Amino acid sequence: MIHQYKNNGYNIVLDVNSGSVHVVDDLVYDIIALYEDHTIDEIVVELEEKYSERDMREAYGEISELKEAGQLFTEDVYEPYIDSFKDRPTVVKALCLHIAHDCNLACKYCFAEEGEYHGRRALMSYEVGKKALDFLIANSGSRRNLEVDFFGGEPTMNFEVVKQLVAYGRSQEEAHNKKFRFTLTTNGILLNDEIMEFANKEMSNVVLSIDGRKEINDLMRPTRNDHGSSYDIIMPKFKKLAEMRNQNNYYVRGTFTHNNLDFSKDVLHLADEGFEQISVEPVVAQPTDSYAIREEDIPVLCEQYDLLAKELVKRKKAGNGFNFFHFMIDLTGGPCVAKRLSGCGSGCEYLAVTPWGDFYPCHQFVGNEEFLMGNVDEGIVRTDIRDMFKNCNVYSKEKCKNCFAKFYCSGGCAANSYNFHGNINDAYDVGCKLQQKRIECAIMIKAALAENE
Amino acid sequence: MKHIKTISNRVLKDTMKNGGCGECCAVGNQSCKNN
Repeated sequence: MIHQYKNNGYNIVLDVNSGSVHVVDDLVYDIIALYEDHTIDEIVVELEEKYSERDMREAYGEISELKEAGQLFTEDVYEPYIDSFKDRPTVVKALCLHIAHDCNLACKYCFAEEGEYHGRRALMSYEVGKKALDFLIANSGSRRNLEVDFFGGEPTMNFEVVKQLVAYGRSQEEAHNKKFRFTLTTNGILLNDEIMEFANKEMSNVVLSIDGRKEINDLMRPTRNDHGSSYDIIMPKFKKLAEMRNQNNYYVRGTFTHNNLDFSKDVLHLADEGFEQISVEPVVAQPTDSYAIREEDIPVLCEQYDLLAKELVKRKKAGNGFNFFHFMIDLTGGPCVAKRLSGCGSGCEYLAVTPWGDFYPCHQFVGNEEFLMGNVDEGIVRTDIRDMFKNCNVYSKEKCKNCFAKFYCSGGCAANSYNFHGNINDAYDVGCKLQQKRIECAIMIKAALAENE
Repeated sequence: MKHIKTISNRVLKDTMKNGGCGECCAVGNQSCKNN
């Protein structure tokens, strides 16, 4: 399967099944579109008004050479392989600990309903968290690296327990030959020197929630009880923390909505404020929500991604670039095909844990009792849910089979699919279109930066 | 080549040999030593 497109003056050809990427001239671009259904003689006739026969035969030869080398027009041979891969025993690699189902902001788009997850306010106790870590150690097989996300709600509202659980995890590493990677996601309101120092010592990654420009951020992320602008409270703290981490191993992470379709300005605002690791992502909301991304917004958003990609190339070439999470792509390394096609791991390798110790497939499913899988005392009780998620991959989704993005997207988000289609083996269509655009931009950026090599 | 510049000559099929070890949401930018 070939995906060819033009972006920012580059003719790009992606050989989907091998992962090879080529930048080509107009001649090759036109021939590749005809290559599979036409002989060279037919192509010469078809394109004789645009190109010389000599050039066409030469270009055709180059294409054939790459086809022979397995870098163009390769076949999809992976479906039987993935079938055998998914029969392997499951190990749990990661937990998302819902340390607090409570929040000191009242963000309008929060899927957790202002931090409370469709239920009661609650804080996780040390005892529940300890049992969760014990479960992870016991169910992780021979895997050494274990991930634990401190999530919420707002985890800093229960920070003593965070510290206790990190200490407990560290105390278990040597005896079990494990290494914990802890991460923290915070809205920044309660950040202080003590929390920052702790995060810099113990957290492999820190996610700092901010939407961009002040008026955009404060519109969707208001404080409770009129405590003023959340932007004014968090921005100086986030800048300080990013510098303390040497601009590595963190993200400032925002959400854009129908209210700021010009979201590239928010990304560039964050970059201009000095942040070098940035993610600003489309809201996922029901169509009835006033701020939801709509089908008719897609062309505008695609233009925004193009604008952002061009600006990023310009800044990278000038030496003042930044990383944009959704444009980061590894074309030469990256994971194996088994990982690429089997998805994010939710429901089998990754579980969310509520403050009272219940297991759900991921943080997006928390509160939906249909997806309650077990708890820290009994382990996984609903193995049928685990198996459903384990069998969810690119080949279980009709929409993904012929999509050029499948090796970079892995079939999209199960929660989004469920929320829009009622089952996890579909795909959220608006999300797909934006993901495809982001991958096209990410590859273009690689091509543009390769010019200097 | 005169008409084609290859940015990545990745052959994903090769990762079937040593892949799937399982040691690997803010896949395309993920990192994976035998592979």
